[in-house]
Parts: sequence; structure tokens; C-alpha cells
Amino acid sequence: MESLSNKKKVLVSKPLNLAERMYLPAIASGMATTIGHFFKKPATIKYPEQVREFSINWRGMHSLKRDEQGRERCTACGLCALSCPAEAITMIAAERKNEEKHLYREEKYASVYEINMLRCIFCGLCEEACPKEAIYLDGPIVPADYLRKDFIYGKDKLVEAPLEK
Amino acid sequence: MSDLVKVTIDGITVEVENGTTILNAARQIGGDIVPPAMCYYSKLKGSGGKCRTCIVKVSKGSEKDPRPMPKLVASCRTTVMDGMEVLNITSPEVLEARAGVVEILLINHPLDCPVCDQAGECDLQNLGYEHGLQKTRYEFERRTFDRIDIGDKIQLHMNRCILCYRCVFTADQITNKRVHGILNRGDHSEISTYIQTAVDNDFSGNVIDVCPVGALTDKTFRFKNRVWFTKPVDAHRNCSHENCKGEVTLWYKGDDVLRVTARKDQFGEVEDFICNECRFDKKKTSDWTLEHPTHISETSVIASNHYETFKPLPVIKENLALQEANQRELEKTFKI
Repeated sequence: MESLSNKKKVLVSKPLNLAERMYLPAIASGMATTIGHFFKKPATIKYPEQVREFSINWRGMHSLKRDEQGRERCTACGLCALSCPAEAITMIAAERKNEEKHLYREEKYASVYEINMLRCIFCGLCEEACPKEAIYLDGPIVPADYLRKDFIYGKDKLVEAPLEK
Repeated sequence: MSDLVKVTIDGITVEVENGTTILNAARQIGGDIVPPAMCYYSKLKGSGGKCRTCIVKVSKGSEKDPRPMPKLVASCRTTVMDGMEVLNITSPEVLEARAGVVEILLINHPLDCPVCDQAGECDLQNLGYEHGLQKTRYEFERRTFDRIDIGDKIQLHMNRCILCYRCVFTADQITNKRVHGILNRGDHSEISTYIQTAVDNDFSGNVIDVCPVGALTDKTFRFKNRVWFTKPVDAHRNCSHENCKGEVTLWYKGDDVLRVTARKDQFGEVEDFICNECRFDKKKTSDWTLEHPTHISETSVIASNHYETFKPLPVIKENLALQEANQRELEKTFKI
């Protein structure tokens, strides 16, 4: 019966000619390719000593931002935790005291803010939900670790370094 | 003339008693055509007529006098007439006017919803979401006030107040001694206690529930958690107070009761006022008989992760030896 797609190929096995039967020319051309790669630039880099540049829409580790006066922007509104599909974010809110006005921008702030990096899927919905522009996924790749508990990042790892005075 | 009159709201005819307001007639029909109300409260006599969010268009005055009313009317204050035809959501004029009202209400309202404890169950937030503009056109300083403590359990944020007078009517009617009111006039009006004396009435906590915005909030719940992370459960107890039925909603986070409020109906109005003892002092599960999870409208943010199958809290006794053993095993895995 005739093939409908007409893609069928009929194999023909021809006997090898003299050059092919010697194998040596094929080995030589193979070696040429291999040795040629010794003199080319390697395709890999030595991570983590070397780091590639991230693309502009890269989503990595979260950071909690500070405003231009160095106060924490986060007001613990909970919208990031609400929008998080992996339920990776938890927080505890606290009321700002009068002497803490230089530390926190709003009258409420997050006294505890934790992201479980094992749960996080780096979708960036928290960044989108944030009404205070406080959280951004602009960090590097979250580093590997040995213990599960060490993947729960608190404010010590998330909050940006304070401004240089 | 019979006691029943026919009124048509957005094409739906309903027979209501003579003397009913348009708003209440619409509430008898229910659904989308109910005008929103920020100041009217069916349980408070004399409330309404202040916020103008419930405005509707009357396209036919009555059977006898079919002329339309010249202006949009406040439906909470206008009583129905036989054969009246009312347009609410079917009239673009009403929707436009309502958007204007929302904008005016929001002129002095701070946009601090991320901080406000009322966010998630705030009438003004819902109203702004449905009718408001995406941004404000107001360019001037908003009026600001300091926070005032009314007693040790209630906090007044005058910045957020929209002057609906509901709390004033509550103080007048539910409590038997007037302790707070509105000072000054017009743009300078502010809710205030006279010389900030403590409100010591047994029912003063109800001003928190009637407040449509976050102006009056529960100090015991202040910044504890966001409303949409807590799980509401209906519960009751035998309250010793003669006027309190003890039927409330408990707002759980895990095993803890963070907040106690009165039960609210579909229009956001409390069913029964509750006493301060139930509201502020009974925050243990053992104080209450749990009934079932509160029904939350699907459109509410509180409905996220809220399940209405009843799973009462476990009554298994805590086994300390087992917990210790589990902890030891867990620590072993930490060491590797």
C-alpha cells in the first residue's frame, strides 16, 4: 500500500569503500574536532566564584526595601502573604513606638517577616501585590544549604543593609 | 388605600408596606440592585441621609402623579409611593453621581488601608473598589487628627472618619447615657468624647461594629492580624447581661480567638448588639459554644481559604512526653 504521508525512506545498505574500511580518516577527523575544542573559550563558568549577569526580569532572592531616609517600607499589610500561591510568607505586625520613627516608615511594621525559600516558587506575585513597594525579588540565586530550618529567611537576611550615613 | 404599595426598582416589582423607604424595598428584593449605604443602619433610629451613596433616580413618582422626581434622591430617606418606578444600577446618571459621592468621601480619607485594621471588611473600601476612580484628583493636604482612646478598649482614628453619625446614634440608642458626639461643623466636624472621658457603658463596644470604616477600632485587636487571615466562627454563650443574647462571631487565628464581634447580616449590619464583656473579655474557646463557620460572601477577601465545613478544634489531651520525644527526633535530623 502506498504511504499517505510520503515520509517513508527505504534504507539501502551499500558495502563500505576502501577509505571507509580503513577507519583511520574518520578517526583523524574526529580527533581534529576534539582537539579543536581545547583552544576554544569554555561554555561554562566557575560558579559561585564567577557569576553570570542576570537578565532584567530575573526573579531571585527577595529583599525588603528601605525608603530614601533608610526606614523600612514594609507595613505588614499581609497582601504578599495573601497573594503567595505557595504560602511561603508569614509575618507578625507590631506598632511603631515614638522613638522608632527613624526605623519604620508607617505606624505599623513587621516585627517578624519570614519567607520559606523551600516553599517559594519565585513567581513574583508578592512583588506585584505590595502596595508599599517594599518587596522585590532582585537578589541572586538562593544559596544551597544543609538544613531545612536554614531556608526560612527572616528579616536579618531579607532587609536591605541600612543606608551609609 | 391598602397598606401595600407596588414599587418597581430596576424593572423588578415588589409589594411593600406603605411607608417603607426605597432602600428597604430594594433590600426586600435583594441582589445587585440594593443601593449601597454608608450611613443608614436599619437598627439605628434616625440614621441615614448623610453620606448620599444610596442615591437613586425616581423616573416615575407614583401612579397618581407620574412625573419623575427632579433630582436624584437618597433612597434611605425617601418613602415609596404606589406605582413608583426607581432606577438604580440601570441608570448611568446614578452610577456617575455615586462615583462622585465616593470621590468626595475619599477626599479626606487617608489611603492607609495597609495599616488599617478594618481593611478587608471595610464598606468604604468595597464602595471605592466598585464605584471609585483608580486615583485621587485631590491635591491638597488631608485633614489630620491625633488618635484618641475612647476608654481603654476602643480607639478613634478621626482621620478615617466619614461622619456617618452611626456611632453617635448607637451611643444615643443602645447606651443609655450620651458620652460622645460630633464637635464643630462642616469640614471641621469631628467625632469626639466630651473631655475624652472613658466610655463605661456596657454596650459601648458596638460603635466598633457599626463604624463603616476603620475610624473606631478594637484596641485589643490592633495590628494583631489581618482580617482575611482570621477564620470567623459563629458561637454563643449564656451572657449574664440582660440585653445581650451572647450570640457572636469569633475570629480565630490558629487556636486563638483574636477578636469577638457581633454577627453581621448580608448588608453588613449587626444582628444583635453584644455587651462589652462578650466582646473584650471572653477570648478563650472554653468561654463559648461553637456553632459553625460564619458564612462569608464569595466576593469578600475573607473568603480566601475560608471553609464552611465545621472542623471544631481538637479536644485531644496534650501528650507532653510524646511532644518531647518528637522534638528530640527532630533535633537529631538538624544535626545530620
